[in-house]
Amino acid sequence: MLKINDINVYYGNIHALKGVSLDINQGEIVTLIGANGAGKSTLLKTISGLLKPKNGEIVFEDEHIAGKVPQLIVKRGLGQVPEGRRVFSNMSVEENLELGAYLRKDKKGIREDFEKVYQLFPRLLERRKQLSGTLSGGEQQMLAMGRALMGQPRLLLLDEPSMGLAPLLVKQIFNIIEEINKTGTTILLVEQNANMALSIADRAYVIETGKIVASGSAEELSASDQIRNAYLGGH
Amino acid sequence: MEIIQQLVNGVSLGSIYALIALGYTMVYGIVKLINFAHGDVFMVGAFIGFYCISIFHLGFFPALVIAMVACAIFGVLIERIAYKPLRNATRIAALITAIGVSLFIEYGTIYARGAQPEAYPSNIVPLKSLELFGVKISGQSLLILGTSVFLMILLQFIVHKTKIGKAMRAVSHDMDAARLMGINVNNTISATFAIGSALAGAAGVIFGMYYTKIEPLMGIIPGLKAFVAAVLGGIGIIPGAMTGGLLLGVIEALVSASGYSLWRDGVAFVVLILILIFRPAGLFGKNVREKV
Repeated sequence: MLKINDINVYYGNIHALKGVSLDINQGEIVTLIGANGAGKSTLLKTISGLLKPKNGEIVFEDEHIAGKVPQLIVKRGLGQVPEGRRVFSNMSVEENLELGAYLRKDKKGIREDFEKVYQLFPRLLERRKQLSGTLSGGEQQMLAMGRALMGQPRLLLLDEPSMGLAPLLVKQIFNIIEEINKTGTTILLVEQNANMALSIADRAYVIETGKIVASGSAEELSASDQIRNAYLGGH
Repeated sequence: MEIIQQLVNGVSLGSIYALIALGYTMVYGIVKLINFAHGDVFMVGAFIGFYCISIFHLGFFPALVIAMVACAIFGVLIERIAYKPLRNATRIAALITAIGVSLFIEYGTIYARGAQPEAYPSNIVPLKSLELFGVKISGQSLLILGTSVFLMILLQFIVHKTKIGKAMRAVSHDMDAARLMGINVNNTISATFAIGSALAGAAGVIFGMYYTKIEPLMGIIPGLKAFVAAVLGGIGIIPGAMTGGLLLGVIEALVSASGYSLWRDGVAFVVLILILIFRPAGLFGKNVREKV
C-alpha cells in the first residue's frame, strides 16, 4: 500500500533520514520505534508532504507522492495524527472534526462519520461544543484521532499517541487504534512506548539516527535481545 | 447634548478605523506580519470609489462594491508578489518589505495621477439628518455606521460559519496542522489578504465621503491609527480590532471636544504607548498557554 524507497531528508545541513526504506501492506498495523530524535516524526512529516525528501521515492497505492503538497496527499487517503495532538485549541470539538473533513463534499457521508467518531469516542460527543483547548490531554488525543478519521484515511499515520498520557489512557487509546484497524484502516504507528506498540503491531521497524536498523514481525522483534535491551527495558 | 454629539462623531470615525484595523489584525493573525501597506490599500480604495462616482456616475453602493472587489484583488497581488517569496524569511525582512510596498504604492499613485487632492462628491447620497433628543445625527454618519456594522457582521459570519473562515482560523492557529487537514495554506492566506483589503477599500470610500478630501498620502495617518486600534484591541483578534477602532475614534472625538483638537493625532499614539506599557497583549489578548 505504501512503499518508501531509499529517501534522504535534510534539515538544512542536518541529514535527518539516511536512505530509509519501508513497506506497509493493506490492513496491517506497522510500528516504527526509536528514541527521541531518531527521525520518526521526520519520516511521518515527509510521507504527509510537510517535508520534501531530497531524493528517493514514496509510492502510495501506485502513485508517486514524494514532494507533492500535503492537501493532495490527504486527498488520496493518507491521514496523519501529528505529534503533540496539534488540535485547533481556539475552536470547538465539533469544528475540529469539521476541519478533518475539509476536503470532502459528501454531506451525508460526513454526517455518518460524525456519528462513527462520536461512537468511537463518546467523550467527544459530550464535549462537542467545548473549546478543544480546554480538553484534557487524553481527550485532545481522541480529538486528534477523530479529526484524522473524518478525512476517511485508508492509511493513518499516528505520531506518538501515548505521549504524556496516564497508563490507563494509553491502554484505551491503543485499544481504539486496534478497533480503527479492524474497520479496514491501515496503520503506521510511531512510538517511543515500544512495549505497547509491539503488542498491537503486525510488523515493526526500528529507527536509529535516521537509519532503519532492524525490521521484522512484531513477535520477532519483541524476542530479539538487542531490541529488548535497547527499547523494552531489558526484561 | 454636545457630549453625545461628539460621541456620535467618534463612533463614525471609529468605525472607519475599525474597518482598516480588521485587515491589519487578520493578516497579522495568519502570517504574523504587520502589513504597513494596508493604509495604502485604503487610499487606493478611496480613489477607485472616487473615479467610480465622478467619472462613471455610479451611486454610493455600486462604487463601494467595486472598490472592495478591486482592493481585494490588489491585496492578493501584493501578497503574492511581495510577501509570499518571504514567507520563510525573518519577520524583520517581511516588515521592511511592507514599508517598501507602502512607499511604492504611495509614490506610484503620485507618479500615475499627480499629488493633487480630489474633492469627493458629498451629495451622492441624498440623506436627511436625524434629530434625536436634541442630538443631530447626519445621514452620512448613519450610513457610515450602518455600512461598517453590516460589513463587520458579514465578516464575523464568514470567519465563524463558512469553510474558508474556518480554514483561516485553522491556518492562523497552526499552519502545519492545517496542512494535514488538506487545507491549501497559500489560498487561505490569499483569501485573508483579499477580505482584509476589501474592508480597507470600503473604509476608503466611506472615509472619502465623510471627509470629502482624498489624496495619495491619505492612507498614512488613518493606517497608523488603525494599527494602534488593532494593537489596542489585541493584534490578531478580530473583535479586538473592532473594539479598538471604535474606542480610538471616541477617544479622539472627546479630545477634540474638550478643546485640544490639535492633540488629536498625538493622543492615538499616547494610547499605543500606554497599552504597550501596561497591557502589551491588548484589551482582548491573553497569554495563551498550550497543553503538551
